Amino acid sequence: MTAPTADTAGHRQPFRTNWGGRLAYVALVAYVIYAGSHLGFSWDRFVSGIGNGGHFVARMFPPAWDRWGLLADGMIESLQIAILASFFGVLLSLPVGLLAARNLMPVWVTWPARGIIALCRSFHPIIIAILFVKAVGFGALAGVLALIVGSIGFVGKLFAESIEEISLKQVEAVRATGASFSGVLIMAVQPQVLPRFIGFATYQLDSNLRNSTMVGIVGGGGIGATLFTAYQRFDFDFVLSILIVTVAMIMAAEVLSGWIRKTFQ
Amino acid sequence: MPGTAIHREWERFTLPQKLGRYALYLMAAIAVVWSFRTIEIIAEFLYDSPAQIADLFTRMWPMDWSYFGSAVWSSLVETMHIATLGTILSLGIAMPLGLIAARNLTPIPALNWFAHFLFVTSRSVNSLVWALLFVAVFGPGPLAGTLAIAFRSIGFVGKLFAEALEEANKGSIEALVAAGAPVRSQILMGYWPQVRPAFWSIALFRWDINIRESAVLGIVGAGGIGVALDTALNLLYWDQVAVVLLTIFVVVILAELVVTAIRQRVL
Repeated sequence: MTAPTADTAGHRQPFRTNWGGRLAYVALVAYVIYAGSHLGFSWDRFVSGIGNGGHFVARMFPPAWDRWGLLADGMIESLQIAILASFFGVLLSLPVGLLAARNLMPVWVTWPARGIIALCRSFHPIIIAILFVKAVGFGALAGVLALIVGSIGFVGKLFAESIEEISLKQVEAVRATGASFSGVLIMAVQPQVLPRFIGFATYQLDSNLRNSTMVGIVGGGGIGATLFTAYQRFDFDFVLSILIVTVAMIMAAEVLSGWIRKTFQ
Repeated sequence: MPGTAIHREWERFTLPQKLGRYALYLMAAIAVVWSFRTIEIIAEFLYDSPAQIADLFTRMWPMDWSYFGSAVWSSLVETMHIATLGTILSLGIAMPLGLIAARNLTPIPALNWFAHFLFVTSRSVNSLVWALLFVAVFGPGPLAGTLAIAFRSIGFVGKLFAEALEEANKGSIEALVAAGAPVRSQILMGYWPQVRPAFWSIALFRWDINIRESAVLGIVGAGGIGVALDTALNLLYWDQVAVVLLTIFVVVILAELVVTAIRQRVL
């Protein structure tokens, strides 16, 4: 936003007043006030909300653990959704990403592949889940399919980018031995991209786990359904225990994927 | 030395490395097989899914464009405001936290740890859950959505900002310290110019993500285009749903193009 001011200033003022920058801040403040009033924010509303928040937090404590069976079932289903969606999503994003890599593929192949990736990426998993719930009915399958689509969009894009960044010297060397195209992929491309690819896959597992706890809100199976029901019934103490377990599982998954990345470094 | 050639085979990985890899492959295989065998899939629903999909598309076409003028446009504007205000708010909260989280700026491990803990919590709770919580506190509407977007973004923005600060070159900061500059000047004149490109890139990246996220918050009542989507879905007006989906698609693509253009110009 603010352009660096080189040696235009004299010696007395090493840091010249940046009028452009100040104007930008004024514009920012003006926008915040305008947009806030457009959305109907007001101080009264905020203050009354703080009061509500007190009640809300009070009803959340202590967290309720008596329905732990329901909680465990939902968590396990979320975990299954995340694992299956990551597995199939990553598996499918391999060919899609490869087809989208501009250094290995001709233009008429990369464009459709890039189109698929863009389409998969632009919708939030929840919206895709809504469509799949209509298509294949309520339950875990809709969630799995929705997250597979999301995974193709995300991993496919990153995978295509990392293939485009590989060194072509090794590709040429392998090609010079008379290797076939699959030979080139296995011996020249795969060793260069595998560590990064494992990184994307584990990242996607984390991300799918986060989203698999959500798709239940629209009927896609997993803990989200339990959470939303508890929320609508104002069982805020159960909501809190669900949230605690969800956050704990996501943190554990992050630690695990850190290990996996280290092993494949 | 003829005849005493030592037989050596080159291996890319050591034995423990290999074992670690195989163990992880095995774990992954077990996890996938277990999930596949135990996940509950209702087969009856699958039989009529082709019919359902065909039904979905026939009901979506032709699209009901009158819905765009009556509800979609105003809620789209609301979504843009939610995403932008939420990003600005999260930057305002995450930057001080980022200063605390950066180990080179704040040499107190307890404070670093505390800031990182806040980041992880913020990222671990999905934006829809943040929205649910804020809807319970502030009532349905864009205020809940804006706060949900902001709280969800704090972790992302703060973590990346702290990493950028930690990577800052020490030279210019030491020069400032040697000149007797107070901490405020060290941050503004030493760190800020170094992290500014990273800061803008993080802010733009997050804004792009937030556009996508704020489009669904309406499903739980937190304002924006999701409200229009939810209304159409509940009434089973799939021709209106199609309009909303197309609008979201176009806006997301446009936002990505804008972000890419700004990045190329500014960074």
